[in-house]
Amino acid sequence: MKDIILYPLSIFISIFEHIGKYFDLMFKTLRSFRTWHLYLDSIPDHIFSLGIASLPIVVFTGLFSGMVTAVQAAYQFESGLIPTWYVGGIVGEAVLLELGPMITGLVMTGRVGATIAAELGTMRVSEQIDALETLSFDPVSFLVMPRIVACAIMFPVMIIFADLFGIIGGYLAALSFMDVSSFDFIRGLKSWFRPWSAIFGLIKGFFFGLTITSIACYFGFYTKGGAQGVGKSTTTTVVVSCLSLVVLDYILAALLL
Amino acid sequence: MFISCGIRLYFGSIITMIKIKNIFKSFGEKEVLKDISFSINKGECISIIGESGIGKSVLLKSIIKLIDIDRGSIFIDGEDISLIKFKELQKLRSKFGMVFQFGALFDSMTVEENIGLALQKLSNSDKLEIDNKIRESLEQVNMENTNNKMPSELSGGMKKRVGIARAIALNPEYMLYDEPTTGLDPIMTDSINNLISKFHNKGDVTSIIVTHEMRTVKDVSERVVMLYDGKIRFDGPTEDFINSKDLVVKAFLNGDSSFKENGVQ
Repeated sequence: MKDIILYPLSIFISIFEHIGKYFDLMFKTLRSFRTWHLYLDSIPDHIFSLGIASLPIVVFTGLFSGMVTAVQAAYQFESGLIPTWYVGGIVGEAVLLELGPMITGLVMTGRVGATIAAELGTMRVSEQIDALETLSFDPVSFLVMPRIVACAIMFPVMIIFADLFGIIGGYLAALSFMDVSSFDFIRGLKSWFRPWSAIFGLIKGFFFGLTITSIACYFGFYTKGGAQGVGKSTTTTVVVSCLSLVVLDYILAALLL
Repeated sequence: MFISCGIRLYFGSIITMIKIKNIFKSFGEKEVLKDISFSINKGECISIIGESGIGKSVLLKSIIKLIDIDRGSIFIDGEDISLIKFKELQKLRSKFGMVFQFGALFDSMTVEENIGLALQKLSNSDKLEIDNKIRESLEQVNMENTNNKMPSELSGGMKKRVGIARAIALNPEYMLYDEPTTGLDPIMTDSINNLISKFHNKGDVTSIIVTHEMRTVKDVSERVVMLYDGKIRFDGPTEDFINSKDLVVKAFLNGDSSFKENGVQ
């Protein structure tokens, strides 16, 4: 009986402990910006490994999410009451507002988040982070800050690619499998287009980048145990990041739209 | 002057560099270190020994504040490390070199980059000087021509030697070794022991070795601190340790586990 009461309580306390430690790490990361020039060299490497190397997967998912949107939009219009040129508009809005940033965010959680958590986790359990500290390095400045900066820069870029290829995918699907002409698709796209939708998507991308990277850095940095601990940190990173993205998506939409 | 030196104590030519005072450390409900106190003098080579999991590495990492202690104080050069700020701690750590159990080399960097990383940050030397320093450090550990190798291409013993090269490159005042010979063959053990002695005797270095290898203790250290049940069981010269009549010490030396079953306290 005692355990039944204490177990949920311990989980509740543990969540708050994690939140506290997460914000402590973020505070240390902010503080480390004072010495950003010392670690500037590593940012381009992270931009390449975490951002540019992820572009093929972003293009692929963007392309297919646009195609699916076009097919599903056309399916809804089968009644004939809604003109087919609306497909372009729907694809554009859906991709720019939601699909581009959200699908990119979720895919990057698996690609970037898991990579960062596994890298830092392995460094922690193999005492490489301790070694950095003994060499008078600030591991937060050296390991966390450059990754967060790289992802904050690259996520909006990835969203641009996801948006672009999402629309191209929708366009190709509409032309290939539906009775929608190129002119109609572009007409729909233009008439429904609002610059704010594209900007909002980029803002979301920036925050998604920060969220995924910071969560991955947190769980990786505080990994405990051996290989099992690294696996646990990686899994937790993916789960927590996905849940956080969904919540953040709602908050940003409620605040900015 | 004396006050500004804090706890620095002078007894003739003996200068206390590290003072550990009544420290306690627990992990959850397990109390690992219970009221540990001892001092380490300048130029000493001391081995901290004990069974696996007794808290030797915890004690070593506490000295450089990689692990925070629960209670007590650790003074380095008269400064209480629990009170110093992060920047001061970084400065203090630059006096230390640490060799980790499995080398802890940065696996995304070559041997050369591993050694050069701290040199680039901490010294004002130019590239040529840094390259020379890297070469010298690798020569000292007999690891020439491995500059461009990745840690994954090295054996366990080689990793430890590169770890030593990385630590000595900065000319530390204190060398901390965490199980430097564990898991190595007798020849590699001898080689590492020789390196530890060589570097210890070369300069005015204070060395602390955590080990449970008696060969390392006999070959290298002049003083032994033995931990048992979270407390210090023995603290004295290596010779006295080897000839000790204490049942726990004798059991440790003979590798006899039966003393526990007999309830020796």
